[in-house]
Amino acid sequence: MYFNKEYETMPLKKMRRLQLERLRWSVKHAYNNNPFYRKKFDDAGFHPDQIKSLDDMRRIPFLTKQDMRDNYPYGLFAVPLEKIIRVHSSSGTTGNATVVGYTKNDVEIFAEVVARCLAAYGATDKDVVQVAYGYGLFTGGLGLHYGAEKIGALTVPISGGNTERQLMLIKDFGTTLLACTPSYALNIADYIEKKRPDYDMRATKLRAGALGAEPWSENMRREIEARLGIDAFDIYGLSEIIGPGVSCECSAKSGLHVHEDHFYVEIIDPETGDVLPEGEKGEIVYTTLTKEAFPGIRYRSRDITRLYREPCSCGRTLVKMEKVTGRSDDMLIIRGVNVFPSQIEQVLMDIEGTEPHYQIILDRKASLDDVEITVEVSEKLFSDEVKVLDDLRKRIADRFRSVLGISAKITLVEPMTIARSEGKAVRVIDKRKI
Amino acid sequence: MNVTQLSVFMENKPGHLQHVLKILADANINIITLTIAESSDFGILRMIVNDPPRAKKILHDASITCSTTDVLAIEIDDKPGALLRAIDTFARRSLNIEYMYAFTEKRGDKAVMIFRFDDIESAKKALSEEGYGIVKNIDIIGE
Repeated sequence: MYFNKEYETMPLKKMRRLQLERLRWSVKHAYNNNPFYRKKFDDAGFHPDQIKSLDDMRRIPFLTKQDMRDNYPYGLFAVPLEKIIRVHSSSGTTGNATVVGYTKNDVEIFAEVVARCLAAYGATDKDVVQVAYGYGLFTGGLGLHYGAEKIGALTVPISGGNTERQLMLIKDFGTTLLACTPSYALNIADYIEKKRPDYDMRATKLRAGALGAEPWSENMRREIEARLGIDAFDIYGLSEIIGPGVSCECSAKSGLHVHEDHFYVEIIDPETGDVLPEGEKGEIVYTTLTKEAFPGIRYRSRDITRLYREPCSCGRTLVKMEKVTGRSDDMLIIRGVNVFPSQIEQVLMDIEGTEPHYQIILDRKASLDDVEITVEVSEKLFSDEVKVLDDLRKRIADRFRSVLGISAKITLVEPMTIARSEGKAVRVIDKRKI
Repeated sequence: MNVTQLSVFMENKPGHLQHVLKILADANINIITLTIAESSDFGILRMIVNDPPRAKKILHDASITCSTTDVLAIEIDDKPGALLRAIDTFARRSLNIEYMYAFTEKRGDKAVMIFRFDDIESAKKALSEEGYGIVKNIDIIGE
């Protein structure tokens, strides 16, 4: 099923022509209306008029997450603020958070690409879509919400958490499609097994899941499908480009179709920055072709994947990307929230004004990401009173929750107990099996 | 006239107390009395030792987190109700005890209690006004 058949099944030649035309507009728009882009392009000796073919893109310098942080909050917008109707933002403090803006038209495009994903999973206006992604600054909740409304589905904005209520609404409202993170889908299965053995998911109308915001494997798909009795589909996106809906799986469940009439994709060697031929594995780089508020020109996503074209049984001609399973940087995805170890370090440094040694231990408990942060107790942090140390632990946990939006167990450990390899502490231990 | 307590941070795991005690034993440090406060994953070992500055340095050099704190060692009659009377004094004067523990040896017919107050100076003043004997560092160390 298609939402916008013309674009989703467009012949490659025609798509290339459309992309070139849109690319020229997008690059010119960024250059003419944003001083940061103008300077960046000028410094690189690039001018939008140099784009005669799609290959000419290679002359354009990359945009990085650091550029976005440096231009926090509004420095990368290319329209006046009165044209912007919404912002989304990553977690973090000033200096390490990123902000993206949307014009009315951008919100429309966002809704359209999510609607296409839902249609690819077989959803129509007869469906009931329960959106169990978090609503708020994170793009997941509102992204799926607007997409579900766009296809005319009955949209249930329940947001994340409260599994008991999720189960009640699935049953009572006749939910057919559940949108959440894959780990939350497994958590629901665990919950039913432990606490609601009487609850029969197969007796409900739930038949599909739109699962994204974190990497997941074929093993997880098999487990989710078997335990919940649904078809589990991947939805992929990144807020820097638009949010969920950049690409999605179809009935074939073999790779995600990129909505390349809106997002131009390249694969580069993360070390050299050289563009790799189609089919090779590397870092995926995005260029928005239609976005107004914040044009993303050659944004380095740090996601590792592969692009390929093959006739798809669903009929889409859109290029496919493999499920993303790796990163070319140290970003962690914890319960759908993107977190960098440097942000964790910042939170700890803000607390005591010292630089404690710490380690992040990630694990899966009851199918959900479990975060433990061990902090070495230096003599500056130490007290002979238990309540002072307990209070320290609580303050650290509170700060993680408010700044980064993650709940973490804080464990105080003795100095020199965190493994140091060649003198450098090992900051992250990821025991999660996905 | 305060007593110096040595406090050591330890994880609540087998072998950790042993490790600290071995370092002190090897350095010929004598422990006069001790107590451990525990939480789910860590503990605080509090000790009165014969040479607090040297003990602190030795532990510090072994990368063990420790600190010294002033506490009061108070002589209390070794009789029923004697501790109650002492505590009653603190309650009346609104002196908050953070924690306390007992000395292992008697001094004559007196028991010795270690008290950690949030306001040690007010506590000292109150105790001498009420006629309690405050044990000095030097007495305990026995030099």
